[in-house]
Amino acid sequence: MKKQKFSLLVFLKNDTVAAVVCMMPFMIGFLAFLIVPMIQSLYFSFTDYHLIRPTYEYIGLANYRNMFRDPRFWSSIRATFYFVFGSVPLRLLFALIVALLLLKSSKMSGLYRAMYYLPSILGGSLAVVILWGRIFSQDGLLNEILGVVGLNRNFPWLGHPSTTIWTLILLAVWQFGSSMLIFLAALKQIPSSLYEASSIDGAGRIGSFFKITLPLLTPTIFFNLVMQTIAGFLAFTQAFVITQGGPLDTTRFYVLHMYQTIFQNNRPGEGAAQAWVMLLIIGGITLILFKTKRFWVYDGGF
Amino acid sequence: MGNKMGKPTRLLSHAVILVFAVLMIYPLIWMFMSSFKETDTIFHTATSLIPERWTFENYLVGWRGVSGVSFGRFFRNSFVIAALGTIGAVASSSLVAYSFSRGNFKGKKILFALMLSTLMLPAQVLMIPQFLWFNTLGWVGSYRPLIVPSFFAVQGFFVYLMSNFMDGIPKELDNAAKIDGCSFYGIYWRIILPLSVPALITAGIFSFIWRWDDFLGPLLYVRGTVNFPASLALRMFSDPTTATDWGAVFAMSILSLVPVVTIFIALQKYLVEGISTSGLK
Repeated sequence: MKKQKFSLLVFLKNDTVAAVVCMMPFMIGFLAFLIVPMIQSLYFSFTDYHLIRPTYEYIGLANYRNMFRDPRFWSSIRATFYFVFGSVPLRLLFALIVALLLLKSSKMSGLYRAMYYLPSILGGSLAVVILWGRIFSQDGLLNEILGVVGLNRNFPWLGHPSTTIWTLILLAVWQFGSSMLIFLAALKQIPSSLYEASSIDGAGRIGSFFKITLPLLTPTIFFNLVMQTIAGFLAFTQAFVITQGGPLDTTRFYVLHMYQTIFQNNRPGEGAAQAWVMLLIIGGITLILFKTKRFWVYDGGF
Repeated sequence: MGNKMGKPTRLLSHAVILVFAVLMIYPLIWMFMSSFKETDTIFHTATSLIPERWTFENYLVGWRGVSGVSFGRFFRNSFVIAALGTIGAVASSSLVAYSFSRGNFKGKKILFALMLSTLMLPAQVLMIPQFLWFNTLGWVGSYRPLIVPSFFAVQGFFVYLMSNFMDGIPKELDNAAKIDGCSFYGIYWRIILPLSVPALITAGIFSFIWRWDDFLGPLLYVRGTVNFPASLALRMFSDPTTATDWGAVFAMSILSLVPVVTIFIALQKYLVEGISTSGLK
């Protein structure tokens, strides 16, 4: 008995075994909180699973059929794409412009950087979401300011189908700070010798921006584009708290639609089907972005 | 055109950057100042930043909370969830990252690819599958779904950040420790972990901020007002269907930002480092 215990200790101290032991949390977590839930939900998506009722039955593709037949599903797809295509390019553009402005270091650059970055770090909090709702509400800050300069002070920014989604896009664009920091880090790595060489060749500032800076930044732009696009598809809290999906479903984002399917319409099976379709959509878009990579992303060294 | 900008141009560019920066944080300043205004004056005096009469009333009213539960309780709940989750995330991620960085076994590459793939698979996609799974486990209505998974290194970002950092620690140190009789675990505990403190801090503060701010997680899993974290309480507090005391909502919103702003001011270096090197958030 004693000998066996001893050999177990030796076994555990073997470097390979020890490395696997250290890996255990990830292997268990990956299975228990990712693989198993995904497979279970795939299974549920073919049933009429219900949160309270204990029994459920196989119903084939009915959940998928219902989901695609629901006009609200299509408005959620439309709203989500609108949001992503509106917010991601603007966010990246602002991030890049401000990063270029802040690149030249001065005594103030630390303060500037902090001020531009602060919205990103606070933007995830509910406090800011609530604040945003109060800025654009009919009696809110924006209309008060418009009133002071003599403009219409009663416009319902959050009640008009053409403006509501833009208030949420603005909230997303406002948080460009983290992308800006990534651009700043990348810009600092471009060797100054390249600029010197190009100015000897007679290139002006604008010329060297398009010939050197922009091409060398494309990998960073690509990285930001992929991450921000994925994040854009997941918008939920701002729509849930500020607009509840309205007006006329123009801000009914996909995740909000999914949430309401399961918790308000009590159809978890259909919600599971929606989760899988969303995974396919995000996967597809990421794949498309990666396919375009070779056309515009520079992949050589400096 | 010379390489150096003239003084007027430089001043102008400073002015533009500063004005735009102030515009960026103006909403936050406005909320802060409004929280000291008398609650029924907030919106019709919205254009003047300085309160006519300063008052702390909003903070006192807000702190009393909702349904007889004080905001102190909500903040405590947020802190418990964020702190436990962060401890779990940092501990488990560092162990797994160490194994990725120094371990040598069959299948490590596949596991690493799986870990990277979780970077692309965000929480909202898993929202319903995990909810149904935790419902099956009977965990809904407790903090377990918010805390337990973090002990299993499920956030690829942290693992990735830390294993990158550990790759930069010279292997000679491992070998020297090995000669002195350190085991694989000993090298982790005595060499790698102490040298990885900057990466641990970066991961720790991101984890804390994300969990402190988290809204969707508690919305799905937490039941009963007493157990609400601050994010859920704020949402209930500002329910659009009832008359809302905006002064109190703003006051409690400002308080809920205090931990994050404190971290931002004290540890900005680590935040910037984390984002610049790994593209966190």
